[in-house]
Amino acid sequence: MHEEIIVAGFGGQGVIMAGKLMCIAAMNEGKHVSHIPSYGAEMRGGTANCSVVISDDPIGSPVVPEPTVVIAMNLPSMRKFEPRLKKGGLLLYNSSLIDAKPERDDIEVIAVEATGIAEEVGSTRAANMAAIGRLLAAKPDIASMDSVKEALKIAVSKRNQKFNDINIKVLDKAHSL
Amino acid sequence: MSDRILMKGNEAVGEAAIIAGCRHYFAYPITPQNEIPAYMAKRLPEVGGTFLQAESELAAINMVFGASAAGARVMTSSSSPGISLKQEGISYIAGAELPCVIVDMMRGGPGLGNIAGSQADYFQATRGGGNGDYRIIVLAPASVQELADITIEAFDLADEYRIPVMILGEGYLGQMSEPFSLPEPSGKTFEKPWALTGAKGRKPNIIASMRLTPENLLEEHNLKLKKTYDKITEKEVRYESYLLDDADYIIVAYGTSARISRSAIIELRKEGIKAGLFRPISLWPYPYKELKKAASHAKKVLTVEMSLGQMVEDVRLAVMDDEKVDFYGRTGGMLPESGEIIRRVRHYGS
Amino acid sequence: MEAKTADFKYVYDRPKSLVDVPTHYCPGCGHGIVHKILAEVIDELGIRDDTIIVAPVGCSVLLYNYIDVDGSEAAHGRAPAVATGIKRVHKDKVVISYQGDGDLLAIGTAEAVHAANRGEHFTTIFINNAIYGMTGGQMAPTTMENQITKTTPYGRDPADVGFPIRACELLNTLEAPVFIERCAVYDVKHVLKTKRAIKKGLQNQIEGKGYSFIEVLSMCPTNWGINPVKSAEWVHDVMEPYYKLGNFRDI
Repeated sequence: MHEEIIVAGFGGQGVIMAGKLMCIAAMNEGKHVSHIPSYGAEMRGGTANCSVVISDDPIGSPVVPEPTVVIAMNLPSMRKFEPRLKKGGLLLYNSSLIDAKPERDDIEVIAVEATGIAEEVGSTRAANMAAIGRLLAAKPDIASMDSVKEALKIAVSKRNQKFNDINIKVLDKAHSL
Repeated sequence: MSDRILMKGNEAVGEAAIIAGCRHYFAYPITPQNEIPAYMAKRLPEVGGTFLQAESELAAINMVFGASAAGARVMTSSSSPGISLKQEGISYIAGAELPCVIVDMMRGGPGLGNIAGSQADYFQATRGGGNGDYRIIVLAPASVQELADITIEAFDLADEYRIPVMILGEGYLGQMSEPFSLPEPSGKTFEKPWALTGAKGRKPNIIASMRLTPENLLEEHNLKLKKTYDKITEKEVRYESYLLDDADYIIVAYGTSARISRSAIIELRKEGIKAGLFRPISLWPYPYKELKKAASHAKKVLTVEMSLGQMVEDVRLAVMDDEKVDFYGRTGGMLPESGEIIRRVRHYGS
Repeated sequence: MEAKTADFKYVYDRPKSLVDVPTHYCPGCGHGIVHKILAEVIDELGIRDDTIIVAPVGCSVLLYNYIDVDGSEAAHGRAPAVATGIKRVHKDKVVISYQGDGDLLAIGTAEAVHAANRGEHFTTIFINNAIYGMTGGQMAPTTMENQITKTTPYGRDPADVGFPIRACELLNTLEAPVFIERCAVYDVKHVLKTKRAIKKGLQNQIEGKGYSFIEVLSMCPTNWGINPVKSAEWVHDVMEPYYKLGNFRDI
């Protein structure tokens, strides 16, 4: 397997952490992984994104110009990264916050009520978990749900570990949609 | 696999320095290496070390001079414009034969440029941006693991030869997180009878690059430095080769450019095109002889860099055949594209 | 004639920490006086084995050839940074940065101010002779108004190049320093005062108090173009009214 993933959204939506979570889970399954955040001036604008590569082979560039998967947590992110998707790639978008529809017809599209699901379970801040749960249902090769849940112990900061019950519930709920 | 952790390059270099016994670090913030000072600020007090945010890169490198003169294992880090400022101190440190480790996470230039990764400071690193006849060891890792491993090695090389060692990465390597295993300390120890420790029971030690009189004293000093440089050139060349044995086409690249080139080579091999990678790890001393030998049977040697063409000058010096040497580079913080490397190499065969 | 040593009492000798070598300083220069004071104080405090000096770029660049202790050079203006590095490694040693006016107030202003502001535990001896000596008599940041130098051939014009900078007053705006004093070495009385100030500066360090700064108004007959006696008078008549002597801080 070889996936090149961009996770994008507002600052505070946990997109950098979502990328790290997938990396740690896949790493612990023995896969090659890399993670690189957008940094500097770009992050001052309120949007954040990271490039994640998960592969059975050693990774060349950690930067992803043509992703196979885009997770868009808000509209500006969808507008920015939808055009960059590889033909046949997967666009997973947060339909709780994005009213618009994707424009391309040569890609696979999954709408997930990420913020809505997270709110129902207990915290809108877990919307990133909904996106990952749904992604893993569509692309189980990236990492197993068990590995992701285990990786929460490392990826989530100490002070936020108390939210891991919510994180796991959101992951499960989105995964079983 | 449980011993592998995911860490940013910038943080891995900090942890590796601490494992290597570095307890003094002086620096001034600059993107894209700010995680190094942040990491050291947090970790050094935990191990009884000293972190100090200096008032400038000039001050930082001269604090390194002082701490090294006092016998400590010491490090600083910066990125391109900051390294320009440090050149004064690097020249003095080299002249005074002091060991230290300098991390340069290069960014786009000239001037303020941008904050993306770049390899535009190869000349500055390998030719010396400071004044005088001097050399420093320059090591260029291509992964977070290698970055950590090289950091351990850098402190030993610095102490062994009493020379500044530069770890030359760039923004992408510093910002990237990859799985890696914490390196082991080398266990090597170095006596420093020359260090400033107070002259109890001995004549004073003097740390200085200056040799004012008599007339030939500086030349003598520089010839002594040259002997060290010759020894390093003989013993410390480092490179990696990948699928070179039967390669018709050799790609020469270091750091992140080498990672991308390696991906291109895998694709080319699938097409039956015999491409291979020569990756210099020590940029000074440069693996001239090894590259010359590797290139002798190749039809073409393509140098790939994130610059307008700097290392390619060393490749030409090694290969000594301008017809054979080609160059592909991206500049201003852009990454070379695997597709473009593949197209170029395909074209050589047609 | 053979001296009958038994009949004589030693009342004066070269300080032990002052190396017995010919001086390279010009006749009437103040550096030699301050070097000797420093050596005497090192002897009196018994810290020869624990002292590390940092020499600047300037006439006193060879300081470490005269004082019998461990020493380091520093790039122009960077002595406070080098001293910071040394002291942060050897917290138990007595570290001294010895600097001139170009070093401390022109090229190294940032290092000087920030080391003082951090309250680094070393002592700075600052020689202010209102001119660049080593490079042959150019304007210093402390050159007096209307003073003629190689680079102010018509006299220093404050409208063009600013007024002379007062280091003690500048540093006295900072919270951290524990001792700031301006002295002079143009006569015996002031030499003795300077010695007391330097001794206090080093004692402060031994006691772990913090950063001490001693400015010494000094003579440069060669570059001023006047004889040593006139030079001593010039410090008193021209420099001293602008650079007021005295203690600014003693905590």
